[in-house]
Amino acid sequence: MAKLRGTGIAAVNYPTGMNLGGDPSQALIHATTSGSFVVTLSSSDLGQGLRTVIGQIAAETLGVAADEIVIDTADTDTGPHCMGTFASRATHRVGNAVKAAALETRGALLEVAALELGAPVDRLELDGFGNVLVAGEPARCARVADVASKAQFQYGRTISGRGAYMKPKSPVDPETGAMDPDSTEAHACTVAEVEVDTETGQVAVLSIRSAYEVGRQVNPALVRGQIVGGAFMGMSHALYETTEPYYPNPDHKPKDFSEYVMPGPAELPEIDCVVLEVPSSTGPYGVKGVGEMTANSPIPAIVNAIYHACGVRFDDLPVTAEKILRGLESKRSAEGAGPGVTGSGSNRPDAASNAGSDASGTADAAGGR
Amino acid sequence: MASRIVSFELCGREVEVLVKPMTTLQFVLRNQLGYTGTKEGCRQGGCGSCTVLVDGEPMMSCLLPVEDVAGRRVTTIEGITPVEGLAPIQQAFVDTNAFQCGYCTPGMVMLTTALLDHNPAPSREEAVEALGGNVCRCTGYAPIIDAIEAASASATGDATRDAGVMPDRSGER
Repeated sequence: MAKLRGTGIAAVNYPTGMNLGGDPSQALIHATTSGSFVVTLSSSDLGQGLRTVIGQIAAETLGVAADEIVIDTADTDTGPHCMGTFASRATHRVGNAVKAAALETRGALLEVAALELGAPVDRLELDGFGNVLVAGEPARCARVADVASKAQFQYGRTISGRGAYMKPKSPVDPETGAMDPDSTEAHACTVAEVEVDTETGQVAVLSIRSAYEVGRQVNPALVRGQIVGGAFMGMSHALYETTEPYYPNPDHKPKDFSEYVMPGPAELPEIDCVVLEVPSSTGPYGVKGVGEMTANSPIPAIVNAIYHACGVRFDDLPVTAEKILRGLESKRSAEGAGPGVTGSGSNRPDAASNAGSDASGTADAAGGR
Repeated sequence: MASRIVSFELCGREVEVLVKPMTTLQFVLRNQLGYTGTKEGCRQGGCGSCTVLVDGEPMMSCLLPVEDVAGRRVTTIEGITPVEGLAPIQQAFVDTNAFQCGYCTPGMVMLTTALLDHNPAPSREEAVEALGGNVCRCTGYAPIIDAIEAASASATGDATRDAGVMPDRSGER
């Protein structure tokens, strides 16, 4: 009995959004009398920070401070249409719609400011701190809050904008199967280290290290949060979570939430990442998207690391302790049967065929942590 | 069985509630008293999102009949939140991005409050141990452990445990 260490690698190309009947999102923005800007959406923030990044995109495009943006995602019955927050699409799709709405709003704001300042629109600029300036004449300026108030009480104007973004449905070429199902793809690669206890079948994940290429990061702290949380979820999928675990008696399977097996903070491996930014041509400010993909590559990386550690290949998730022990058992009996017996295919081939293998991490180098 | 009146101290003031036997503290807080900061995750003691302090000890309010807190001191997330701004522990959670959907956060903050009351400078292992009964499905726990360390540092004045800085743990394993 031993504790065997292994290293595995896996990569993911992740398409943003989907290709069913077209993939649209829309946004509306209007200024309040106090000069804040309400972005009305039907897009939900699941906790990944959509409201934060949408606020950043709106503020950047409008030329005002981020705390002047109010994101209203209150009601999908009354808000402008959005396909939803899924497929890692929202920052890209909704961000594009909001950027378009913010540009139109900015134009409406500058039209009123032009009346107020007596200067043509094309000479006006926003300083990002709540002021409209006449280019080259710093003394001629107006507060955005005053412009917004006067638009409504003096000029009888609206300051508002509409925005829409749609990825059209891409038909499939019946001859070749060719299609354009997504408008951009993010990429990642994960290296996982594991330790397999051959006595108990327990797998400890020691580290999950990844490189991500997600286009422009609107908010790097939130991107990192997605990656770290996603790596933990990936580990959980790879080793723990199922509503139908194998037990000799099905009555023993979990009946409710408190019996559902998942890892806790004690199982937290070292998780780290680097993020590369290659801006996309289709996303707002080069956004691609990061979300679901963060739980993708950790899973095969961990399963490959288990293979590297103990020579047993698993293709059914989660890889529970019971599966590990059965896999080791069938490997031993296949080896014990002597040469010429190929067994269940779980014999360990030469290390060269194991992606990401490193001789120093093989079964022979086993030991405690 | 007949309903009865139970009185206890909630966030510094006396409250009285009329409850049927075995009504949980969680139900009373959320549905009778309007203290919705205490979340309802599993109602089985499996997730810790309903954690409150009873006489300073963290307890899962979904498993606690309200009769059991009669005459005792109950503190919820509302009770530790200042009128203006945030408590240092709450600020530490913000600084380390220790939540995404936020559903576990009130329970995590109450747990951290109790932990730091008992042990102002917990080791990382002690923080992990304390979190054992509380589930977070978004963050992977790492930022929550960082938040505990940051809150501890801000309370004890330990400048080496700065809020918001991921500690370098590369040499640990």
